[in-house]
Amino acid sequence: MGKTLSEKILSEKSGTDARAGDIVIAPVDLAFVQDTTGPLTIRQFKEIKHGRLASPQRTAVFLDHAIPSPNRQLSNDHQFLRQFAEETGCLIFEGGSGICHQLVAEMFANPGDVIVAADSHTVTAGGLGAFATGMGSSDIAVVFALGKTWFRVPETFKISINGRFQKWVGVKDLVLHLIGVLGADGATYKALEFDGKTVSNMTISERLTVANMAVEAGAKVGIFPSDNVTQRYLAAQGKGNKYRALRPDADADYERAMIINASELEPMVAMPHTVDNVTPVNMLAGTKIDQVFIGTCTNGRLEDLAVAAAILKNKKRHPSVRLIVAPASQQVLIQAMRIGYIQVLVAAGAVILPPGCAACLGLHQGVLGDNEACLSTANRNFKGRMGNPEASIYLASPATAAASALTGEITDPRKGT
Amino acid sequence: MMPDTILKGKAFKFGDNISTDHIIPGKYAHLRSNLPELAKHVMEDADATFAKKVKSGDFIVAGKNFGLGSSREHAALVIKMAGVSAILAESVARIFFRNAINQGLPVLICDTAKIDAGDKIEVNLTTGVVTDLTNGAKLTFGKIPEVMLGILNEGGLIPYISKYGNFEI
Repeated sequence: MGKTLSEKILSEKSGTDARAGDIVIAPVDLAFVQDTTGPLTIRQFKEIKHGRLASPQRTAVFLDHAIPSPNRQLSNDHQFLRQFAEETGCLIFEGGSGICHQLVAEMFANPGDVIVAADSHTVTAGGLGAFATGMGSSDIAVVFALGKTWFRVPETFKISINGRFQKWVGVKDLVLHLIGVLGADGATYKALEFDGKTVSNMTISERLTVANMAVEAGAKVGIFPSDNVTQRYLAAQGKGNKYRALRPDADADYERAMIINASELEPMVAMPHTVDNVTPVNMLAGTKIDQVFIGTCTNGRLEDLAVAAAILKNKKRHPSVRLIVAPASQQVLIQAMRIGYIQVLVAAGAVILPPGCAACLGLHQGVLGDNEACLSTANRNFKGRMGNPEASIYLASPATAAASALTGEITDPRKGT
Repeated sequence: MMPDTILKGKAFKFGDNISTDHIIPGKYAHLRSNLPELAKHVMEDADATFAKKVKSGDFIVAGKNFGLGSSREHAALVIKMAGVSAILAESVARIFFRNAINQGLPVLICDTAKIDAGDKIEVNLTTGVVTDLTNGAKLTFGKIPEVMLGILNEGGLIPYISKYGNFEI
């Protein structure tokens, strides 16, 4: 019997014939923390007897969740993280560099890598063919010290995607649809493995968006085979020598197989307060919104800003809606300025935030008021997520977000754009 | 330190899909290096009275997919700090499961529909039986995977690694 992508990677790394259900110990190519999980990770690390970093060059700290710091306590946490980096020689990325998952895609993740981090959206790197998953601070502290961790080899759902998207319909709609079908716990402990003709045509930016949301169905990883699209991306990011072709075996064993026809998909929206509460945008047409947020590790990339700029060009946001845009990284911001997307968005009335997590998790930079509704391109809409349990969050694509910013209500981007 | 094998306390009931934002929302990130202050907000967005009412030994009894969302281990940590002796749920999200065990907090998968809010519960970690002392129901909980049981028996991952220096698999 052949192997899935997860079985292949974990077999190679653990030096065993890893099959779904096995427990293996695998060395880790990169382990990282961000500013809200890092301090606990480091305190746990310091409690390990004889603990020292297994590999400073495979250990990274990203300041992205609370930058620039909104208060004294988080500033002190940032100091603590900087001091740790200085003491140990691990990598550190200062506020404004970008969201950890975007920077990992740009600089570190390669096909066949094992990447773990104290952040649930670590799955994002699966878009480049890495076995990448989130863990808590104790687990990451131990990886910092040992350079390895234990994994249960996941069973895999194969998601085959065929057909062409309609105009203004895209991968965010696809992944929201998928989560709606699977349910918020429908893939708990499983790997989602993507394949099919539509996948071959997806850009890395699109694959990262899909992989990013695998965890919203409970999955351990969301993983793509590597191909010439992967190869071109790695080359453009200066890591072309890290490319390797990685595909599942044709006779791999899948727990479940699903087929999605992209041409049948409509723009989708996840309604409050769970990500699997998904409906076609038309069911919500006319729902009033107070804020639109375009950004995050899900949809803060150049292609996402391009879609928003195309819809908002020479137009203005509706006077009753606030428009917030946060590019996912410094590289994205610079490219978006060079092409002119940022200028278009500012002219349309957007507030541009520094590269980082921004309003996503309710710390700062766009906290919602009581009874307000936000349409966001992020990956989570849990009650209280954006800092206020009395507010509502709808999740949608950058196209739906931009179209809705023009009207002040949830709007189908296929209409009037 | 190994958890006691017989646990007794009161059931605090919650529904399905209790996320880490219900347990300890991101807006309190500035309190994450001040755990006693952070712990005052445990479960706040699911039951604002929980932190005041919960007593040492009590149980969180939830539905499906408990702890979905963020990797923040603070979620498991503040539940443990509240004195909760175990979480009983129909199912649990993957990262939260690892985090709870890593903090030495048992998570037991069983048919929690048979337990009502406020019931007195007894859990026998050795036999794998949950007894609802209020209505007499007896439930069995699923086996905790061996690798996690090893960690739980040492009181969490950090004491486990400090003792063994490696994973004993």
